Amino acid sequence: MREVAIVGAKTTEFGELWEKSLRDIVVEAGVGAIEDAGISGEDIDMMYVGNMSGGKFIEQEHLGALIADYSGLAKGLNVPSTRVEAACASGGLALRQAIQAVASGYSNVAIAAGAEKMTDIDGSGVTDALAAAADREWEGIQGATFPGIYAMIAKLHMAQYGTTSEQLAAVAVKNHENGMNNPIAQFKSKLTIEQVLKSIMVSDPLHILDCSPVSDGAAAVIVVPADEAHKYTDTPIYIKASAQASDTIALHDRRDITTLDASVAAGKRAYEMAGLTPKDINFVEVHDCFTIAEICAIEDLGFFEKGKGGPASLAGETALNAKISVNPSGGLKSTGHPVGATGVKQAVEAVHQLRGEAGKRQVNGAKYGMTHNVGGSGATAVVHIFSNER
Amino acid sequence: MTVPRFWREQQSRYNLVGSHCKTCGNYYYPIRNLCPECRRDGDMEQYKFKGTGKIVTCTVTHTTSDEFNDLVPYALAIVELDEGAKLTTQIVDEPEKVAIGKRVHSVFRKLGSDGDSGIIYYGTKFELDKE
Ligand SMILES: CC(C)(COP(=O)(O)OP(=O)(O)OC[C@H]1O[C@@H](n2cnc3c(N)ncnc32)[C@H](O)[C@@H]1OP(=O)(O)O)[C@@H](O)C(=O)NCCC(=O)NCCS
Ligand SMILES: [Zn+2]
Repeated sequence: MREVAIVGAKTTEFGELWEKSLRDIVVEAGVGAIEDAGISGEDIDMMYVGNMSGGKFIEQEHLGALIADYSGLAKGLNVPSTRVEAACASGGLALRQAIQAVASGYSNVAIAAGAEKMTDIDGSGVTDALAAAADREWEGIQGATFPGIYAMIAKLHMAQYGTTSEQLAAVAVKNHENGMNNPIAQFKSKLTIEQVLKSIMVSDPLHILDCSPVSDGAAAVIVVPADEAHKYTDTPIYIKASAQASDTIALHDRRDITTLDASVAAGKRAYEMAGLTPKDINFVEVHDCFTIAEICAIEDLGFFEKGKGGPASLAGETALNAKISVNPSGGLKSTGHPVGATGVKQAVEAVHQLRGEAGKRQVNGAKYGMTHNVGGSGATAVVHIFSNER
Repeated sequence: MTVPRFWREQQSRYNLVGSHCKTCGNYYYPIRNLCPECRRDGDMEQYKFKGTGKIVTCTVTHTTSDEFNDLVPYALAIVELDEGAKLTTQIVDEPEKVAIGKRVHSVFRKLGSDGDSGIIYYGTKFELDKE
């Protein structure tokens, strides 16, 4: 297995991009990543596109080919292109596929993109499309929405560990604080705990401001063998670990409803692969699709003991340059959550942080960064560890 | 949901039929052909649940898709059946009364319909036991 590095990275603006189509945004991200790497399209020999639900959101499948076509890599160059799907973890999985392709020697320059165009259909359609990430036959049919499923995790976490609505709200407030300094963020506004608690209830105890929004956006990275990385850039970012794990599709079948065992397993595998422990990690981009999801994530990945994620969040231990910087990008909450794009956007943030290019949201002295991307309510988890040192 | 897709699972939906593995003793809802615990060593038989259990966790949903809009706010819960299997279900009582730990039993209710003139789907939801 070859070691692997990222040499180019780009995220489009996230938000309601009514004037842009899915193809527009993927091409924008892809071209941006290629330019950042200083390569040309001809160098690319493998493409992966993470996308959750082109079929539901824009009635378009076969996105691998579509995107190769609109990137100018189909006709003539005939570059192989694969669409990867694991609900909201599609992006993280696309990155992992690209890493595996390069590590194995099947590819020398792979592009991993992630993209979602969610705002072309109405809110009801989006809620229904997202519900497909859970078990349609045995959760969805009873009216279980995605916020509803995470609300049930939150309710039990509160009952078991005394987690409070204020602690949940503190996650959103902190992520908005970071997102204000992220040019691509959908919501660059300051939030207060009061505002979160007063916002409308979506699914008790989750208010609208506990939820990640509905977004459009795309991101892309260029993956090459570590041995060749300096050919492209002076600041390659090395992949120290790429790990993935599965769990039951339905929340009700989990070993423990308030622990995402897939996150725990993927985290453990990643730490082992990198030879690191949670103490070594300087920042982590976690999958905060809902505020409770960030609290579970920082516990499941070993940064805080189970049940201590809420108090730690309220005490500011997860703020930028505090005990551990959690979601320096602003997370899904403030940056936006175009589902298929998120996993790749997290990697782009890791690249910017580790290159020291993150401006006002820079994590001081960042050497190891982690990304954590979840599909559904925890049926898939993908964890990566990055470093600016080989 | 299309008619054949619904019909196929009718047994489980109408009568709360799942599986019991004679090797490990675990119960599953809905029917599974392979025991996730024992895999090929498992020995599955169909089992009709008693339909009693308790609420493990719950929520009241206010924002949903068109299909369920007529019902809001509605209570949703994960119920642990007395045999040990868990499932996700609506609780048909007033949402304020629904809470973790409360005892529930199954009831036969409408689950949804294909528009105004399409077919109506029935299945199992749960109701709080009288205190
Ligand atoms: C929470 C949710 C249902 C709200 O959708 P909605 O009820 O249709 O809300 P609207 O789009 O009508 O938004 C109302 C207002 O709140 C704002 N808003 C919506 N969601 C927001 C959010 N998450 N954070 C901050 N503001 C938000 C909108 O910009 C809008 O503001 P405006 O009135 O100034 O334009 C929707 O955002 C959602 O489903 N989020 C979860 C997404 C999800 O499940 N992702 C997958 C998870 S793995
Ligand atoms: Zn068994």
